[in-house]
Amino acid sequence: MTPLLQVRDLTKRYGARLGCGDVSFDLYPGEVMGIVGESGSGKSTLLNCLAGHQPPDEGQVIFDTRAEGPVDTLTMSEPERRMLGRTDWAFVHQNARDGLRMGVSAGANVGERLMAVGARHYGDIREQAVDWLSRVEIAEDRVDDRPRAFSGGMQQRLQIARNLVTGPRLVFMDEPTGGLDVSVQARLLDLLRGLVREMGLSAIIVTHDLAVVRLLADRLMVMKSGAVVETGLTDQVLDDPQHGYTQLLVSSVLQV
Amino acid sequence: MYVAVKGGERAIDAAHEWLAEERRGDPQVPELSLAQIREQMSLAVNRVMAEGSLYDPELAALAIKQARGDLIEAIFLIRAYRTTLPRIGHSRPVETSAMRCDRRVSATFKDAPGGQVLGPTFDYTHRLLDFKLAAEGEAPVARQAEPTLAPTPRITEFLNRDGLIQDEAHSDETPPDMTRQPMEYPADRSTRLQALTRGDEGFVLGMAYSTQRGYGRNHPFVGELRIGAVEVEMEIPELGFDICIGEVTLTECETVNQFMGSKTEPAQFTRGYGLVFGQTERKAISMALVDRALRWEELGEENVGAPAQDEEFVLAHSDNIQATGFLEHIKLPHYVDFQSELELVRKMRREVEGSMKEAAE
Amino acid sequence: MTAMQHDPAYNFAYLDEQTKRMIRRALLKALAIPGYQVPFASREMPMPYGWGTGGVQVTAACLTPEDRLKVIDQGADDTTNAVSIRKFFERTAGVATTEHTNEASVIQTRHRIPEAPLGAGQILVYQVPIPEPLRFLEPRETETRKMHALEEYGLMYVKLYEDIAHNGAISTAYAYPVKVEGRYVMDPSPIPKFDNPKLESGAIQLFGAGREQRIYAIPPYTQVVSLDFEDHPFEPSKADHDCDLCGCGTSYLDEVITDDAGGRMFVCSDTDFCAARQAEGHRGRLSGEDAA
Repeated sequence: MTPLLQVRDLTKRYGARLGCGDVSFDLYPGEVMGIVGESGSGKSTLLNCLAGHQPPDEGQVIFDTRAEGPVDTLTMSEPERRMLGRTDWAFVHQNARDGLRMGVSAGANVGERLMAVGARHYGDIREQAVDWLSRVEIAEDRVDDRPRAFSGGMQQRLQIARNLVTGPRLVFMDEPTGGLDVSVQARLLDLLRGLVREMGLSAIIVTHDLAVVRLLADRLMVMKSGAVVETGLTDQVLDDPQHGYTQLLVSSVLQV
Repeated sequence: MYVAVKGGERAIDAAHEWLAEERRGDPQVPELSLAQIREQMSLAVNRVMAEGSLYDPELAALAIKQARGDLIEAIFLIRAYRTTLPRIGHSRPVETSAMRCDRRVSATFKDAPGGQVLGPTFDYTHRLLDFKLAAEGEAPVARQAEPTLAPTPRITEFLNRDGLIQDEAHSDETPPDMTRQPMEYPADRSTRLQALTRGDEGFVLGMAYSTQRGYGRNHPFVGELRIGAVEVEMEIPELGFDICIGEVTLTECETVNQFMGSKTEPAQFTRGYGLVFGQTERKAISMALVDRALRWEELGEENVGAPAQDEEFVLAHSDNIQATGFLEHIKLPHYVDFQSELELVRKMRREVEGSMKEAAE
Repeated sequence: MTAMQHDPAYNFAYLDEQTKRMIRRALLKALAIPGYQVPFASREMPMPYGWGTGGVQVTAACLTPEDRLKVIDQGADDTTNAVSIRKFFERTAGVATTEHTNEASVIQTRHRIPEAPLGAGQILVYQVPIPEPLRFLEPRETETRKMHALEEYGLMYVKLYEDIAHNGAISTAYAYPVKVEGRYVMDPSPIPKFDNPKLESGAIQLFGAGREQRIYAIPPYTQVVSLDFEDHPFEPSKADHDCDLCGCGTSYLDEVITDDAGGRMFVCSDTDFCAARQAEGHRGRLSGEDAA
């Protein structure tokens, strides 16, 4: 099977400081990869380089495109990369405000990606928007409300609906449960797990919260100071950490 | 029977006649001469020259007279005239360190070679209406001192010598001319400075003030403010050397702003720059503050989202001729557009009323 | 209707030849890339920005001494700003002027397209206040230029979607955005959407925005599609009346308040069109018997 994403020797420096260095991994269709580490470990830099939000200094990010098979997205033209960004890729920001248009209705937020790829039937767009709102547990009668009027958890669910409506094959998530109350987090995680399984999504999730990866990720990558220190199946890494830093991470969770 | 309103042409002619009459005012009162405006309204003349981008006190006085004292209208007249003038060539950069200063103050050093000169400033006047001025015939004479012929090197250069202030990039490239090239963003610093120096004084002042109140604060001190005459030189290709073609009065302001540094780079002050035609001190200081605020990216500062840091926002809205034209155009007829909206609103109302009626039945 | 000598104090049509050449280069580029906004070094004109300086510069760059110029504002030749611009060219170019659409070789307009079809040999010059159709969705020029370059027009549809979601209909009545030749989304200037179908024309259509320093164009017989949804198609609507002077049922109408008791009448906004119909003997509800 061809990996959906092949990352090779990805390196990003900020002047003399290393953002992330020599990161390589494969992600297979339907697989969810978690990237964990404390803040400053380079996990967000890595995610932004993977998603094309930041240019890395070296390396390759090869995506198995529908039309042409595996292509290094870093050598794509900007229109191609942007097209990918609104079709096969999705990005869920930690702060829902960064991923939503706060000034337009929930329906338009979900519909935008459809319209960006050519949907021109208002009724159909609206129907899909309503359908997706219900899938993320937002009532149909909120479709014309602006996200400002939504709670934090609802905004995050709306962001997820907005991202998934075009049936992307790869979703990047940056601390998707960060900044939410614990009870809201649990509900969101539950919802995400359901969607990932149901849609067979591939995803890369960056988080500092081991509970999130325990629930969602098949595999885990542990980062420290810009480097990957340990990888493996999630349960394996969490239950039997080999690297000292991972052991520290896991134990600090257990203490809480 | 209805006859459509006609006679736009007659109305315009009549309006212009009336305008001319109003401009003159009561004919019993002596008419203003251009010399009177030039000499006694000199700061208005300076502003018109600065924002009109044309150094000609006589023409500026004429524009002020023609515009009935409306300075933006006068600037407009100068600008429209300026575009019709042929470009003969470019002067050499003026050497402001060789300025014959009428005024020179620094907030950073108590004294410096060449000294501090207050000059003809409002600064320490008590703002009390002087009713003596209402009577005519005054011809005050100021006391004289021997002119100091000592050179007045720029004060920021003392800091620069010790590496205490950031050195500016030197370039002999001909800067772009914003009146001959469409504005493109991001603009380079030279284009920004051009836009600011001809920008509306009130707008630039407001932007500068906003930085002082925390919207992109940059901790400025007036390193030096100088006003005086400088020579304008031009290279004449046939001669192969520069000759002086005249003199202009300029106001120059260099601010010394917050320093920056890191473990590897020693701390340095940074600067903002303002240079404006004529005695236009408020404008020059404002310009320096806004220039400095716009340099956030180049100096590695954070964009805190302040209006004065937003190049496109500042440059696109600083020109008062553009602003006033577009603002005032909304008084032109828009009945076609309005009619179009009127129809739409009526149609939407009919539909809502229709569906409400249906619901009621 | 008469040609005059132009004021010798000014170059023909006011602008110097170098400036005209610069504008013509921009015009040719604009015609080569229909709907694309070409930056140009707009000059400061002796009339205010926002009052047609872009249109005036384009007209100046197009005019030849043999041209016959018509200037309209709101469809009418005698509105004050139209009169003012016509006088400007009478003085600085000395060209013949006309009020008859079919006689004009160059027509400068603000907010309307004449009712009579235009054809080969005619140039229609539009005055444009804000050339950027995405401006009120995204104020930043650097962003909108990128959106055009990458053909990212999803946001434009978001706006139309919101209109329908909140008002039940697309609530843009003028300056209704169009897509030109399947590529660029363009602002047709603030013409009523009633005029949008006439953007597909045999004439050359040039758009000048002086303050915003942009020129764009629609070459003859270019496809111009008003944006819409399949189930909410574009409707070029007008007041549901006939002209009270010439009886025309298909022209765009001005509404005129005739008394303070709610009395009103509707008359053609295109004054030349209306006068021509009346001369042919057409009568409306309020025209007297001797109206011609």
